[in-house]
Amino acid sequence: MPLIKGGQFVEDPFFFVPDGKAFPEEKGTIVTLARFQGEKENLFAHHTPVGVRLASNENPQVLKADLPRLAVIVLEFPKFRDGRAFSWARMLRTRFDYKGEIRATGDFLFDQIAFMARTGFDAWEVRQDFTLDEFQRAMTEISHPYQPAADGKKTIRELRASTSSGT
Amino acid sequence: MYRYDEFDARFVAERVEQFRGQVARRLSGELNEDQFKPLRLMNGLYLQLHAYMLRIAVPYGTLSAKQLRMLAHIARKYDKGYGHFTTRQNIQFNWPKLVDVPDILADLATVEMHAIQTSGNCIRNVTADHFAGAAADEIEDPRPIAEIIRQWSSLHPEFSFLPRKFKIAVGGSPNDRAALKFHDMALEIVKNDAGETGYRVYVGGGMGRTPYIGYVVGDFVAKPDILAFLESVMRVYNEQGRRDNLYKSRIKILANALGPDEMRRQTMVEFEEIKKAGTLQVPREELHRIDAYFAPPEFEPLPDEMPASDVDFENWLKTNVAKHRAPGYAIATISLKPIGGVPGDATHEQLDALADLMDRFGMSEIRVSHEQNLVLPHVKKRDLPAIFARLKELGLATPNAGLITDIIACPGLDYCDLANARSIPIAQKISERFADLDRQHHIGELKIKISGCINACGHHHAGHIGILGVDKKGVEFYQLQLGGSGAEDASIGEIMGPGFGQDDIADAVERVIGCYLELRKDGERFLDTYRRVGMTPFKNVAYGQDLHAAY
Repeated sequence: MPLIKGGQFVEDPFFFVPDGKAFPEEKGTIVTLARFQGEKENLFAHHTPVGVRLASNENPQVLKADLPRLAVIVLEFPKFRDGRAFSWARMLRTRFDYKGEIRATGDFLFDQIAFMARTGFDAWEVRQDFTLDEFQRAMTEISHPYQPAADGKKTIRELRASTSSGT
Repeated sequence: MYRYDEFDARFVAERVEQFRGQVARRLSGELNEDQFKPLRLMNGLYLQLHAYMLRIAVPYGTLSAKQLRMLAHIARKYDKGYGHFTTRQNIQFNWPKLVDVPDILADLATVEMHAIQTSGNCIRNVTADHFAGAAADEIEDPRPIAEIIRQWSSLHPEFSFLPRKFKIAVGGSPNDRAALKFHDMALEIVKNDAGETGYRVYVGGGMGRTPYIGYVVGDFVAKPDILAFLESVMRVYNEQGRRDNLYKSRIKILANALGPDEMRRQTMVEFEEIKKAGTLQVPREELHRIDAYFAPPEFEPLPDEMPASDVDFENWLKTNVAKHRAPGYAIATISLKPIGGVPGDATHEQLDALADLMDRFGMSEIRVSHEQNLVLPHVKKRDLPAIFARLKELGLATPNAGLITDIIACPGLDYCDLANARSIPIAQKISERFADLDRQHHIGELKIKISGCINACGHHHAGHIGILGVDKKGVEFYQLQLGGSGAEDASIGEIMGPGFGQDDIADAVERVIGCYLELRKDGERFLDTYRRVGMTPFKNVAYGQDLHAAY
């Protein structure tokens, strides 16, 4: 699947290795939470960089101790209506101060991309015909948010304060 | 009233353009209905039985004359000449065309209105006491915090795909006129021992098929902390609210499963952290800035005398005029419940004429109540006869606020895709049955609330008498519930038993009322008598010999 990161299409430096399949020789490895928990030391010893893919009902809290060693957390959207990953991403960024990649995969809509960016996602696995134009549009439809999130974007309240401070 | 600044205006304008793009993608086929649905719902657009329905937000129920004129314009230009005020203080138009909706939203934006989050599994339009800023019993105006919540919740990136919809209400008085305890979350403005005002936060109330009364999750949340607190509750819900079963997905189910102690504990864990991060703290300056928009208007020093007029006026005063905080002023309720009419409907002519009346006598302001009436919050007592005379000409002077014919009803099977039974014709029948005003006064305060299905948009659980329409093998039946209340003494009505047929329900209500009149003691409302004597005497008479229990 095409991967967007940093506003560009990029080569995916990771392989998702389904449970039960052998690890490839090269590049990074993404595994499910269950497999990560079972084979953690082997993964960190032989298959770095390592990423974990969380189902929407898996709270990233369980990864807390390992976060500094994880290069990517993939958050699944099984259905676009399932909005738990918005909270997981936000927790990863603001509670656990996670600095690695947070990647969205699964059934999400164009219209959710801006929300994802605000809550801390910085990479998206998109459908084949998705364009960068679309991505740019999704990110710029609404200029200023009302509420703080995980992206550090200036809120309308902060903008109000800065425009009135000189008067 | 709140006024948009450049940032609010830009936000809404961009939201309109965003939706225009979404509609275009739907019309071109790029989006299928399943994909379009959550997007249109986030902008209040439903697909109903016959057509699209657009629900427009009236934040905390407050409208200016200019905004009311715009609603009249929309009714005239894009709809069939009328609009329908809802139990969530919003207005719905039942016949817009999909292609017109972006233009309607653009028109609304010119008067600082929108349809943002009037539907969808997000934080819905915030509601508040319709007497806010005017009521004599108010501790503090709830609208400033409602506006702060409106802004915080608008396109909230984390909470726009919740397990289910989320409704927040705010009240500022010990007398609850906003049905606080029936909301997913509610704020009651309270004063602590030090004399400071803050918020008592309720969570987990709701109606629908499993009604619950909300419980207190925060006893006294300080003003600067309130958004952090709300966000904490939202996060607990977003993470743990059930997504496997539509009927168990509201926060009331989670709140009941966790119980108050665990709910508080989890909320506090989130709260401590969010508060520490600091970004959601509401600075005092911001509170003051928003407060200033809702500063009370200049009230003239006036003698506190009620003018005399004819008996019709006197009757209207009895029920439709409430005590104002300023001497010489009053709060006037405009009933949208004419005898035999459709509860909550208003025509474009009425809306325009009301806007004129507001400009002349009402400081250009009006409120929508969750009881589907309109309210002039600040009128001079001496102007009341002239206001009443004009309302009479407009067919808006029905003197029945709080009486048995002031019925709440959902749109029901006449419009709604979800309904099992019609609500409006039942409301009309009961209204006609009890049309006699002397009889209505004799009965006293009585709140009848009718829903056409278990989703309970007509608040039947909170009706002194609640009526629920059900479908049994293609025939509509109506269950009676007694003893509900949406006020500060909140309670959930008790189901009497088998339903009544559509031709029998008004008779059954009449028998219940007859029983009450026989049993009541001095000063007792129907609700008081019911609470004293219980269901049995009412049940014994409701299923009279000539009535057949439905099943």
